[in-house]
Amino acid sequence: MKDSDGSALATTPRITTVRIVYLARLREALGSSSEALAVVSEAAPAVSDVVATLRGRGGAWARELGAGRAVRFAVNQRLARNDTPVGEGDEVAVFPPVTGG
Amino acid sequence: MAVRVQVADFDAGAEIARLRAGDRGVGAVASFVGTVRADNDASQVDAMVLEHYAGMTEAVLSELETAARARFDVRDVLVVHRIGVLVPGDQIVLVVVTSAHRDAAFDACRYLMDFLKTEAPFWKKERTPAGERWVEARASDEAAAGRW
Repeated sequence: MKDSDGSALATTPRITTVRIVYLARLREALGSSSEALAVVSEAAPAVSDVVATLRGRGGAWARELGAGRAVRFAVNQRLARNDTPVGEGDEVAVFPPVTGG
Repeated sequence: MAVRVQVADFDAGAEIARLRAGDRGVGAVASFVGTVRADNDASQVDAMVLEHYAGMTEAVLSELETAARARFDVRDVLVVHRIGVLVPGDQIVLVVVTSAHRDAAFDACRYLMDFLKTEAPFWKKERTPAGERWVEARASDEAAAGRW
């Protein structure tokens, strides 16, 4: 992308701060019930950017949220998918498959 | 119409009586009660701790109720789910559906339970002689919801 004088526009990463809520087994495995998380992304952020940020911590985060693990998400208390958008101040819940009833 | 999440036990008979009171169009009542078993996956279960995601739980259950009402010819619906520490024999969940004829009541009751099991944010942790363990989701529950 170039602006009117022909020079390349630097891509400005955006920072979105969300509130993460961990539930059930994942709360125990990660040792946290909630936290504020700054997500850096090139484009409008989605759940996948939140997950990538958390995995980037390594250790239990990479292990518990790694590919192939059964992890579910909700954004503002509605079930979400990897491509669900997240915005400033949103509540993003991270939890295992549900086992009620 | 109602969904409730509560620590207290429930009286299924009283709940059914209240749900159909005053509605002379009711000709069928179907109900389901889920209870705590004393064993699971070849292990003794001494107690079960049920937690949920407050706020989202009520929203999901209300959406399920709305979906059931749109899909089946029901007159009223009640869902009660307990949280906290429960022991074998305790009641966990109650679903009651009233309708004019039995098919709608049976079908809606099963529909509500099938989706409650796969979508409502509740989790169970068992206390066994070997320690605590989180209950794993079952593929058979996904399959049950998939039939709708």
